[in-house]
Amino acid sequence: MKIYADNAATTKMSRTAIDAMLPYMEEIYGNPSSLHSVGQQANEALADARKRVAACLGCEAREIVFTSGGSEADNQALLSAARIGEKQGKKHIISTAFEHHAVLHSLNRLEKEGFEVTLLPVHENGLVTADQVREAIRPDTCLVTVMYANNEIGTIQPIGEIGAVCREKGVLFHTDAVQAAGHLHIDVNAQNIDMLSLSAHKFHGPKGVGALYVKRGIRLTNLIEGGAQEQGRRAGTENIPAIMGMAAALEEACDHIDENAAKVSALRDRLIAGLSEIPHGVLNGDAVHRLPGNVNFCFEGIEGESLLLLLDDKGVCASSGSACTSGSLDPSHVLLAIGRPHEIAHGSLRLTLSEETTAEDVEHMIRAVSDVVSYLRGMSPVWRDLVNGKNQFVIQ
Amino acid sequence: MALYSDKVMDHFRNPRNVGVIENADGVGEVGNAKCGDIMKIYLKIDNDTITDVKFETFGCGSAIASSSMATEMIKGKPVSEAMALTNRAVAEALDGLPAHKLHCSVLAEEAIKAALKDYYDKNGIAYDESQFPDCASCGHCDL
Repeated sequence: MKIYADNAATTKMSRTAIDAMLPYMEEIYGNPSSLHSVGQQANEALADARKRVAACLGCEAREIVFTSGGSEADNQALLSAARIGEKQGKKHIISTAFEHHAVLHSLNRLEKEGFEVTLLPVHENGLVTADQVREAIRPDTCLVTVMYANNEIGTIQPIGEIGAVCREKGVLFHTDAVQAAGHLHIDVNAQNIDMLSLSAHKFHGPKGVGALYVKRGIRLTNLIEGGAQEQGRRAGTENIPAIMGMAAALEEACDHIDENAAKVSALRDRLIAGLSEIPHGVLNGDAVHRLPGNVNFCFEGIEGESLLLLLDDKGVCASSGSACTSGSLDPSHVLLAIGRPHEIAHGSLRLTLSEETTAEDVEHMIRAVSDVVSYLRGMSPVWRDLVNGKNQFVIQ
Repeated sequence: MALYSDKVMDHFRNPRNVGVIENADGVGEVGNAKCGDIMKIYLKIDNDTITDVKFETFGCGSAIASSSMATEMIKGKPVSEAMALTNRAVAEALDGLPAHKLHCSVLAEEAIKAALKDYYDKNGIAYDESQFPDCASCGHCDL
């Protein structure tokens, strides 16, 4: 039995996406910049894919730039906004403490260039508010970048409200929607989003391809110089098979978005209920404003890497915010941002479901997690001290 | 390549000597929950020989495997041999650890030394303080 519960890391490609890619490897393999018929066929396909991706976001085709993935899109969005701001003498950026590293590390780089960055604190429930953004905006703010949904704890931010504040204040608004695209409704105009990043492999598309939506009139700064592909905004021959796979996957996800969300969130809620039976465990992130497939718990007295390895032995593929799984010494910055102490953050478990997850899988996961947590607690000196009253439980 | 050797996975999946010794002759605990690993070693010592050893560990796969291997390596051995156990020997016995996990074998060595120090202290046996590096000196976790 193998249960894949790490869909926030990546997803299995859908048959639809694979089938959409194959012709562009086998038959229509031309370079879209070539003038002959094989190239022009590829060019038409590219234009069609751009239109379809745009339709899923409610924007125009020319507002879509294809990239190598979410990280590239985030990097380009932040750098571009910074260059625009700089020209106007605005060098202040607002973001949150629990963004993806593609955003945080881009911000670090801009700080070294002299930009000032305000990272909004995240509430214990894993949410930031539009009021926090409003209060942080200054006359010299050139960009607000807030993720649509958090990749670790799955909390969905009030993007439309934040967009409205940014529009009112005349500040550019970018959102990293890598976890949201294909899973949550997005309408860039209604939500006043100026730039948005997405990545195909998070919604059953191929890896190595993503998109940056950029509102008409916003000038992008190139990360890659070269040919005039992507209207001169991203050089390099387009990865046509991957782009076709992404368009097909996104379209399929958006066509079934409500039924998928209903199905997956019911499984999620059952999993949360089952894991809540484990004593001294706590759900990370708001239970309601949450991605349909995301479950994230901390269990006191154990460490996440050993939990993952033993779950893998029981056929469950999961992930953790423990330092030991990241190669760094600190546990997840997301869990620290919502106020979990280090020793609790080390004992975290993320299970992320998909439309392929079954009710039986969920029951198996509840039993497996419960067994492994008990087993590891049985050999944990930390747990012994808690049970004996030598130390106080942090999680009641 | 898998993250861990087969030997590490064997000692992680089937750890030897897990548990507690009541009225142990020496108990040592090292590490810090904030850093993500704590090891506790219990020793039973008769006639200068380690007749029994148990451990409890809060930590990752390699921390549990290092504890298990280290306890196997000192069980039934004279105290002097246990004192001489190095983290390198533990790591080698496990067919190696990933570079960022070598710290786990250091913890195992230190936990055993801490338990032996406790034994010396309880029994009024003189020892050379410099044989026992304190946890703060390793610099693994900056607290």
